[in-house]
Amino acid sequence: MLFQPINKNYHEFCIERDPELCINCKVCVRQCSYEAHYWDEARQKVMHDNTKCIGCHRCEALCPTAALNIVKKPSDFRTNSLWRPVFLQNIYKQADTGGVLLAGMGSPVDIPVYWDRMLLDASQVTNPSIDPLREPMELKTFLGAKPRKVELATDKKTGKVSLKTKLTPQLELDVPIMFAAMSFGAINFNLHRAMARAATECGTYYNTGEGGLHKSLYKYGEHTIVQVASGRFGVHRDYLRAGAGIEIKVGQGAKPGIGGHLPGEKINDKVSETRMVPIGSDAISPAPHHDIYSIEDLLQLIYALKEASEYKAPISVKIAAVHNVAAIASGIARAGADIITVDGMRGGTGAAPAMIRDNVGIPIELALAQVDQRLRDEGIRNNVSIVAAGGIRCSGDVIKAIALGADAVYIGTATLIAVGCTICGRCYTGKCPWGIATNDPKLSKRQNPDIAAKKLSNLIHAWGHEIEEMLGGMGLNSIESLRGNRDKLRGIGLSDTELDILGIKHAGR
Amino acid sequence: MKRVYPDKEYCIGCHLCEVACITAHSKSKDVIIAFREEQGKDGLTACKKVFEKGDICVAISCRHCDEPSCVAACISGGLHKDPETGRTVYDREKCVGCWSCLMACPYGAIKRHPTENKIVKCDLCEGREGGPACVAACPNQALKYEER
Repeated sequence: MLFQPINKNYHEFCIERDPELCINCKVCVRQCSYEAHYWDEARQKVMHDNTKCIGCHRCEALCPTAALNIVKKPSDFRTNSLWRPVFLQNIYKQADTGGVLLAGMGSPVDIPVYWDRMLLDASQVTNPSIDPLREPMELKTFLGAKPRKVELATDKKTGKVSLKTKLTPQLELDVPIMFAAMSFGAINFNLHRAMARAATECGTYYNTGEGGLHKSLYKYGEHTIVQVASGRFGVHRDYLRAGAGIEIKVGQGAKPGIGGHLPGEKINDKVSETRMVPIGSDAISPAPHHDIYSIEDLLQLIYALKEASEYKAPISVKIAAVHNVAAIASGIARAGADIITVDGMRGGTGAAPAMIRDNVGIPIELALAQVDQRLRDEGIRNNVSIVAAGGIRCSGDVIKAIALGADAVYIGTATLIAVGCTICGRCYTGKCPWGIATNDPKLSKRQNPDIAAKKLSNLIHAWGHEIEEMLGGMGLNSIESLRGNRDKLRGIGLSDTELDILGIKHAGR
Repeated sequence: MKRVYPDKEYCIGCHLCEVACITAHSKSKDVIIAFREEQGKDGLTACKKVFEKGDICVAISCRHCDEPSCVAACISGGLHKDPETGRTVYDREKCVGCWSCLMACPYGAIKRHPTENKIVKCDLCEGREGGPACVAACPNQALKYEER
């Protein structure tokens, strides 16, 4: 055996090929974008190189005889609770490269998932549950500032009653779930189109992310939230007017305090046209907006965007969940934002420095509870809607988020999983085997927008039905009745401090 | 008539259509036996071929043309157009292996049988429940079996 450098030897995965089943059809060879499978001319059969496998499971899924299994490498380091394998591997890599470690998708570290430590209430004898199959259920949600009170006017002649209060622009959601900001460039055009179509079909919204909006997608504008990030890529008057809502991205849960970087390899002609950057050049959005250094500056941008959109689109401000998030949210509400999006530390991303991703930020559950409570305490909760994002995995998480005070949620990673993502975490390489986080023409073909749009709308519909079931079980017939209704939640295995932050009682009480 | 239409926009070049074709035309109908035994022994070959060049790939099989050049070129009556189904039907018994059809086909959709003086050509999986096997197997819906 030839000498292998240590960082090559301790790869994560092994490919198991059952020789009884393998027919050497080479499907795995053609599907692996990391070239872990190859045709061995000398042996006249398909072989593999375990060191190249990244554990995406594409070959396994497409193998016509189910001959492949991707497993964790059985050989492991000596057990050590302090020096876990990930730290050793990281040091090997950095000792070789001297560079910052990059990572894709959300943080895999073992921080408490409070969704799993909260339980929902259910109706019993004294308060009846509702059968959503027979009774109407209302999942409709409106995002935007709500008036403090509503005044009505009566026409003296006809006796007709009309609304006197002027309402601010609202986003109307048939289901309180939206597709999170994922830019065209980070994900490819096929998927962007699929999200636009699914959002339109489900009566909800998708977010352009910071990559601008391709002209051909303007027709889905009524279901689009256009983002204005620090790089201002693709931001112009028509873009701002194309969307139903505008979002200022200040922070991102997956990498709070860190800007974005789309590598030049991902910038093809279409991305270049949409982002308004040259083909092949890196698109770097800095961490700060260089015109925002205070809440007053943010206020100016909010009103500049309101002006640009002729006060027809609600303005959202997206921040990462960090320390003192409630005070930050209060400032944002007072700066005139209509919607505040809070993105927790489990949010996904195409690329982030691994240390930032795993060590910065706080879970969305704690941030959400605190933001909602602070805005209530200050009497300004009606001025803004709250959207929670960052690690929403199922309809159970959605309903718990709403009970904790969210008006709606964004789903990002779940969206990608619906179209095949296996969270292999190598988005930053641009070689996504599932054709998601790539603009390689050969790989992005793997996402057929017809299939992807169907899968995404199926997901939203399925979660919608489950939410209706859970609402019915709690004896509620509208999502509005659940918002901030923390009495419907109980904590399990949580400390008094955690319960206090979440504003819920412990199970049994 | 219903035909198999390939879509080069979404063909991912996996060649699973060929695997499905071979299996559907095997005696055993078992993918492993078809590949391991029937391919070598009987010269079992896919009726279709995925052509690839750079980023573009597309799965080509007989188009069952309205006025097929292969039928016009056939010297033995081995190929004829079925007036009822609209399919271009191949009669293996009559074929003399002259390859005239092969040269006449503008799509390159007819193949030589690897071991015999015969041709291999798509029969739209005649008699198969659920239509052509290649369409059913395509993981990206890049093959459509429909009337256009």
